[in-house]
Amino acid sequence: MGRTLAEKVWESHVVRRFEGEPDLLYIDLHLVHEVTSPQAFDGLRLSGRGVRRTDLTLATEDHNIPTINIDQPIADPISRAQVEALRTNCAEFGVPLYSLGNVEQGIVHVVGPQLGLTQPGMTVVCGDSHTSTHGAFGALAFGIGTSEVEHVLATQTLPLKPFKTMAITVEGDLPTGVTAKDVILAVIAKIGTGGGQGYVLEYRGSAIEALSIEGRMTICNMSIEAGARAGMIAPDDTTFEYLNGRDHAPKEAEWDVAVEYWRTLRTDDDATFDAEVVLDASALSPFVTWGTNPGQGLPLSGSVPSPANAADEGERAAIAHALEYMGLTPGMPLRDIAVDTVFVGSCTNGRIEDLRAVAEVLKGRAVAPSVRMLIVPGSVRVRHQAQEEGLDEIFIAAGAEWREAGCSMCLAMNPDKLAPGERSASTSNRNFEGRQGPGGRTHLVSPAVAAATAVTGHLAAPSDLVSIV
Amino acid sequence: MESFVRHTGTALPLRRSNVDTDQIIPAEYLKRITRHGFEDGLFAAWRKDPGFVLNQPHHADVSILVAGPDFGTGSSREHAVWALQNYGFKAVLSSRFADIFRGNSGKGGLLTAQVDQSVIEALWTAIEANPDLEVTVDLEEREVRAGSIVAPIDVDDYVRWRLMEGLDDIGITLAHVDAISTFESNRPSFMPKTA
Repeated sequence: MGRTLAEKVWESHVVRRFEGEPDLLYIDLHLVHEVTSPQAFDGLRLSGRGVRRTDLTLATEDHNIPTINIDQPIADPISRAQVEALRTNCAEFGVPLYSLGNVEQGIVHVVGPQLGLTQPGMTVVCGDSHTSTHGAFGALAFGIGTSEVEHVLATQTLPLKPFKTMAITVEGDLPTGVTAKDVILAVIAKIGTGGGQGYVLEYRGSAIEALSIEGRMTICNMSIEAGARAGMIAPDDTTFEYLNGRDHAPKEAEWDVAVEYWRTLRTDDDATFDAEVVLDASALSPFVTWGTNPGQGLPLSGSVPSPANAADEGERAAIAHALEYMGLTPGMPLRDIAVDTVFVGSCTNGRIEDLRAVAEVLKGRAVAPSVRMLIVPGSVRVRHQAQEEGLDEIFIAAGAEWREAGCSMCLAMNPDKLAPGERSASTSNRNFEGRQGPGGRTHLVSPAVAAATAVTGHLAAPSDLVSIV
Repeated sequence: MESFVRHTGTALPLRRSNVDTDQIIPAEYLKRITRHGFEDGLFAAWRKDPGFVLNQPHHADVSILVAGPDFGTGSSREHAVWALQNYGFKAVLSSRFADIFRGNSGKGGLLTAQVDQSVIEALWTAIEANPDLEVTVDLEEREVRAGSIVAPIDVDDYVRWRLMEGLDDIGITLAHVDAISTFESNRPSFMPKTA
């Protein structure tokens, strides 16, 4: 019987298999950042262990760091201590690190792919749930906890029970103005925040194949928001073109060997998935969240739902609680929701293509006076690329703040956060209570919707804007 | 790691679904570099509300959390497990756990026992009627007991064995270091290195 893409990658990484025990899986790339690693390095120290493969490990600073005045010491002493702990640990254990100020620094899930370190068929882990991003290349990539970080540092392996497989098939053409972000928000709304629990998702179908690598990363990134640890997309010519020539991509004769192997990384025609979900691309539209988990989303043309229409008591309570927190009333058109802040960035939508989409909308327009707009590139390289293309001038002319690279307001560990009661339209991945600052209210949106929202001051799509002649 | 065979204590009825790890411990508490002292961050935002269930004096000494479905979604932060343990929780019951949270719990010795939602509902009702109700989570017998309620818990065989023995994963894996070396010697040469 045929095998799925996920099964092929899994099988090629089994170091040891023994009845009744989890498989011991080899890890090809371990990405590290300052928040989930200090206790892991401490554990190594306590047990007198070292890092087995420093040459398969890479660290960067992203969660805590400021996005302004980066040439000055980090103001928050606790953040500074955590970043300094990473520097000390990497130096002591010999792990390569891209620190604040280095041209390769950035969000861990933006850095790996842009360096060509993320390649098809690899296993990639990081102490961060959005490691699923790297699945866009046909890698099996998933987030791990700090105990597992220590395990990978010490052994370059992880004991794991196989995942089940789920196909998410999106066929047809996406309508104009509908993006990868809208697709994944619609998927999560359809299967729920627990729908992917225990599964690796494989996104497939003509709408997925038509996406750029950046769009595919946006989709795979939010697999975890559907409960799945990993999401994957079979590598194809789009993938190979993106990789060719990147710093760590195979070169010359090795490139040909690699591509030949990568072309085998597809789900066989006679393979079966444990579950299948189908979406019609042509029926999708710009999608936004109204509630406090990423599954609580609707098309922008919709209205705030009513607890009275809930399917059961549990859902009724969840909707009522979310609306109370979000300060919304049932029946209100989503387009009428006014925001204070627009955040563009994160490992979901902080890549060059995302910034281009925002610039396209902002060009010749102004951010509404009532709105603060933060644009935070996912990496220093993305920042430089945007500046080479003149996007920064468009952002600044429109009245947006153009920041340095980092995770920033996606999770508000640095000074970029919402004040209590403030409302944002955000291109990030989580609208949990307090995610962007205590008491903050988040609506997840695509970069295009974020930009249009910044202009009008309330949730909007670019098609809502008066055209500029 | 301390072994876990069974635990008896009083329980907290948390009538919420989709309790994400940002609620269990907000990001502002993740900046510490130790494994201790995270109890002050546990449910920090919710605890500001005097009416929150954990703030009730009759739930002061709870050690078992009984939560709604999809507990532990979101971020991979193991700090969520540490916050629950630092506060004094030994076990969490839910009808469905997020994968990463459940994995992290197993590594740290916090038992995540999956039971039917009907059992959760029965426990909520029983605990709310009597906050002093003794609840036993028995890993050896694979069941939860509370008054007249006796129900099976679903827990992975291997995780159960590790918890009952109190074993350290890294030690187990390093017993197979030869297999790791053999695997490494066969990896394709085109695969990338970071340095």
